[in-house]
Amino acid sequence: MSPARWPRGWALDEGLVVVDPVADRFELGCVRGLPAFIQARDLVVVNDAATLPASLRGVTSAGEPVEARLLTSLDETWRAVLFGAGDWHTRTEDRPPPPRTRPGDVLVFPGGLRATVTAVESVSDRLVALRFDGAPDDLWSALYLHGRPVQYAHVAAELPLWHVQTPFASRPWASEMPSAARPLAWELVLALRAKGTRFASVTHAAGLSSSGDPRLDGALPLRESFEVSPGVARAVESTRAQGGRVVAIGTSVVRALESAAALSDRPLAAASGETDLVIDADHALRAVDALFTGMHDAGTSHDALLHAFAPEPLLRRAHAAASARGFVGHEFGDSMFIGGRRLSAVAHTGTAASGRWPLPTGPVRR
Amino acid sequence: MDVRGAAVVVTGGSRGLGAALGAALARRGARVVLVAREGAALRATVEAIRVAGGEAHALADDVGDKEAIHRIAGASAGLVGAIDILVHNASTLGPVPLRLLLDTDCEDLERALAVNLVGPFRLTKAIAGGMAVRGRGLVVHVTSDAAVGAYAHWGAYGVTKAALDHLNRTWAAELDGTGVRFVSVDPGEMNTKMHADAVPDADITTLLDPAVVAERVARIIERAEALPNGARVEAVA
Repeated sequence: MSPARWPRGWALDEGLVVVDPVADRFELGCVRGLPAFIQARDLVVVNDAATLPASLRGVTSAGEPVEARLLTSLDETWRAVLFGAGDWHTRTEDRPPPPRTRPGDVLVFPGGLRATVTAVESVSDRLVALRFDGAPDDLWSALYLHGRPVQYAHVAAELPLWHVQTPFASRPWASEMPSAARPLAWELVLALRAKGTRFASVTHAAGLSSSGDPRLDGALPLRESFEVSPGVARAVESTRAQGGRVVAIGTSVVRALESAAALSDRPLAAASGETDLVIDADHALRAVDALFTGMHDAGTSHDALLHAFAPEPLLRRAHAAASARGFVGHEFGDSMFIGGRRLSAVAHTGTAASGRWPLPTGPVRR
Repeated sequence: MDVRGAAVVVTGGSRGLGAALGAALARRGARVVLVAREGAALRATVEAIRVAGGEAHALADDVGDKEAIHRIAGASAGLVGAIDILVHNASTLGPVPLRLLLDTDCEDLERALAVNLVGPFRLTKAIAGGMAVRGRGLVVHVTSDAAVGAYAHWGAYGVTKAALDHLNRTWAAELDGTGVRFVSVDPGEMNTKMHADAVPDADITTLLDPAVVAERVARIIERAEALPNGARVEAVA
């Protein structure tokens, strides 16, 4: 699937493929139609992480160029994946490796920002822990003045921070935009709320989708910070007890809620920490029933996660049909909703069947 | 709105009402981020709050600049957590002495709109979505008598404040029921640098002390849930 290279206008006009794993079928439409597939008793859970300007370009004390892409930790330290010379215009796999660093080395960034390497991780010497000098006010000011959003070579131009925030962005934890929520205009959120659907938020530090280092990429997703509050845990339990579904907006929400579930017996309890939980076809979902997400290409860790919600052949068929219709992928691309266990029961009663849901001719391009 | 432990952003926080309100909220246990263009005055204000035992942080930035908005929203939440209370206090008069509309340069009106109206719109847009999904939040717009009365020489400033009041009401209408509340507060005439710029020959004995007004505004914030959403109130004793 080709990538969207830039935001494309009004999000509700973007494409949506609705996948019903129980009925083994899918249909194509646009995001505007999503509320027909979400019920009053469902709980929609979003990730409220704001996207950091996580890319800092600087030099080592020897003057060698280095780019640090920052990862949030819960204890006010940072981890970072280091890159060598160049920037996002070059595909990450074609970037030169970073200079070798050892604990104690100093990295110097613009605005007087300095960081000391405190650890180099065993999986790859590009993955390091950093301690920044200076008071928090100075660090946060300098980070937001000199950092840039992490972006990749498929994007047309340098992204402003405005383009990488979701409608729910609050806590600056994410290294890349948790982009599934991006098309959920408040128009749609308030329409769902008006019919009784509840919303809740978790925070999950969505990490990097590519490092350019085969060893590190093979270890994705890296450990990511997450927080599930007591209120969300209660809402998940009460929703499922009343026959509603928990609809995760994005793979990061699935990772947060399933990580909390893995840490607690029934009922689901609040949790915060770091997770490297792998979710794939072998994972039995314990806290999430349905998923709204982007279009993910086969072979990525995001795609593997979808197999916990729907069988791979159905997802392949849906993906191919969406591609043929002109759907596009990546953070500004089109969306997929995988309905989960109770969608088919609803569809069979006719309330959300295709006949009542006007299928447009395809996503609107601007 | 419970102020103790709340994460608060106050724009225009280096002096005058903004600095006094930051101090008043910090005394009540809020975790306060003050935003202003002038870093030196801002740091002095923050230091005074810290010396008094409060928590305050300084972000030197310009709310009239679109690129500054996510810097302010993101760095503030990084420092004090997801924002609970946002106070739009920063504003500009434009060139002083104040001018008649026929003498006002188009660019000066545009700059006043950017700082006094578009900036607050953008910053609320960046922060209120998170408040709404958490089901809790308060946005305060500092307005002026000039938003209601039409006074010669106050045209550029007055129209920005009138529009700000309408922005306040419309936010409230759209987000009513989400738990996010909006209020416009008219602080009255205070003994501030801004007032001296606008009315250099004013009898300062008739002007309110910004510290006194800040206490009143802090009490309005504490009882904001009791006000109609989108209300416009005067900071009377």
